[in-house]
Amino acid sequence: MNRLFKTFGPGPRLAVPIMLFLLGGFAAPLLAVIAYSFVPARTFSLWQKWSLGNYVEIFQSSIYISFLWSLGLAVATVVILAIVCYPVAFGLTRVFGRWATLITLLFALPLFVSENVRIYGWILFFIKNGVLLGSLKSLFGFELESIVFTTGLTLLGMVYVYLPFMLFPMTLGVSMVPQQTRDAAFDLGASRWQVFKEVDLPLSMPGVVIGFLLTFVLAVGALAEAKVLGGQRVIPITHDIEIAFTYAQNWPLGAAVSVLLMLVVGTLVLLVLRRFDLDTIVGRR
Amino acid sequence: MNGSADRMRRAFIWSWTGAVIVFMYLPAVSLLLASSTSSRYFIFPVTKWGFDWWQKTFASLEVHQLFKTSLVIALCVTAVAVVIALFGALAFARYEWKGRSIYQKIVLLPIFFPQTVLGLALLLWFNALGFTMSWQTAVFAHLVWIIPVCTLVISIQVYSFDPALEEAAFDLGATRWQVFREVTLPVLFPGIFSGALFAFLLSWGNFPLSLYTTGADTTLPEYLYAKMIAGYTPGVPVLGTVSTIGAAFLLIGSYGLILAMRRARQSATE
Repeated sequence: MNRLFKTFGPGPRLAVPIMLFLLGGFAAPLLAVIAYSFVPARTFSLWQKWSLGNYVEIFQSSIYISFLWSLGLAVATVVILAIVCYPVAFGLTRVFGRWATLITLLFALPLFVSENVRIYGWILFFIKNGVLLGSLKSLFGFELESIVFTTGLTLLGMVYVYLPFMLFPMTLGVSMVPQQTRDAAFDLGASRWQVFKEVDLPLSMPGVVIGFLLTFVLAVGALAEAKVLGGQRVIPITHDIEIAFTYAQNWPLGAAVSVLLMLVVGTLVLLVLRRFDLDTIVGRR
Repeated sequence: MNGSADRMRRAFIWSWTGAVIVFMYLPAVSLLLASSTSSRYFIFPVTKWGFDWWQKTFASLEVHQLFKTSLVIALCVTAVAVVIALFGALAFARYEWKGRSIYQKIVLLPIFFPQTVLGLALLLWFNALGFTMSWQTAVFAHLVWIIPVCTLVISIQVYSFDPALEEAAFDLGATRWQVFREVTLPVLFPGIFSGALFAFLLSWGNFPLSLYTTGADTTLPEYLYAKMIAGYTPGVPVLGTVSTIGAAFLLIGSYGLILAMRRARQSATE
């Protein structure tokens, strides 16, 4: 017993509860999904003959269109958020001073309100006779057709919902750039653009990339935006999965689509995370 | 550096951030406006202001039940998440050990995972085990996502923890439990508190995990979603506004509490 105590120091022992929990709550469910993706379509039991039927069905269908929409919208979300968030992240570290905490709280608050409620707020804003069109009508007298249920609005909803997930890692990254290094670069005659390209960007990269990754992954998994704001004009992959699990009652097919989505997301996450030392990002040591 | 160019840039950053904050709060304002009308449907500008729907919503027994379910789930999640995450965070940031870097990445994996897919995966898993979905399975499902978040939040505090404090206590003859209770816990308290706050609020507002794992029990976000898809009443914006204001109070109140505690400790040491 004593030897066991010595070979396993306090670190591994403290890690036991969470690892056991993730084994039963994360690894096992993912294995269950993979297992279900091999059973015959429209059945609910695992214990039968396994086959690749569901995957064959997927590759013969037009489901790749949903995949492309999901990936495309996620990429667009990441690009827009990178541009929107960078000045704010810069401000939070270098400009706002004692206001920074309050502004951080303001950006954190929406995280804690259910995302479908907040998305519904946009519906009330954009709908015919809503806050925007109603104001335009009463102030200027012109009436526009309702602009809800469009792909553009889906994108707006995604940008809105995932903004904090880009902003906070990015702020962490920007705060990792020492001001002295920037000053030194300026003193040596670097232009603003050069300092950004040669100092700010590379040194804040860990936080920025984590922000990109987090936003991308969450945006690929987005569902409510396309359903509520997009009026199902665009069907993202998560919607296909949900339909397979609910209306179609075809769990194995839904599981197979989920496995493909997990492959895309998982590969990306592992590739990126592998390259980072989390101590420097989270602990700033 | 050029003074006026610098001022221009600061002005740009301030106004840009201001615009982004306005953007972030437009939906909340819309919800507030839509909740304060006494007509059945929302027409802006509001002609008949009134708080009838607030009264109606709070008097509804169904809403009471939803509040209760959501609250019970969030409290259970908070209690379990904080304990497991505290140990997890000590392993994450306090001790050096072989395999720690892999451990850190494994812990973060559930955060980097689409929640809808995670919810479905848990549904399949519970089904394979033969469980019936209820609020208990929802607690478990929330934990899968919230424990890693909570671990990360507490870890940030643990990173700034000075191990010499524990060693000094050991040298003075304290037992392991005494050191934990008298030194480790009080020093880490702000982090633990933030972790608990995150756990509670994220569970309270969670939709994608609840959707597949609550079974016959319904949480507030699920109910609101069902109402949005079919059967809008101004009760929807009322509940939306209540949850926004509630979260704001919790967040600002807790921030104030942490500030006050820090100040009290500073004046005690001076």
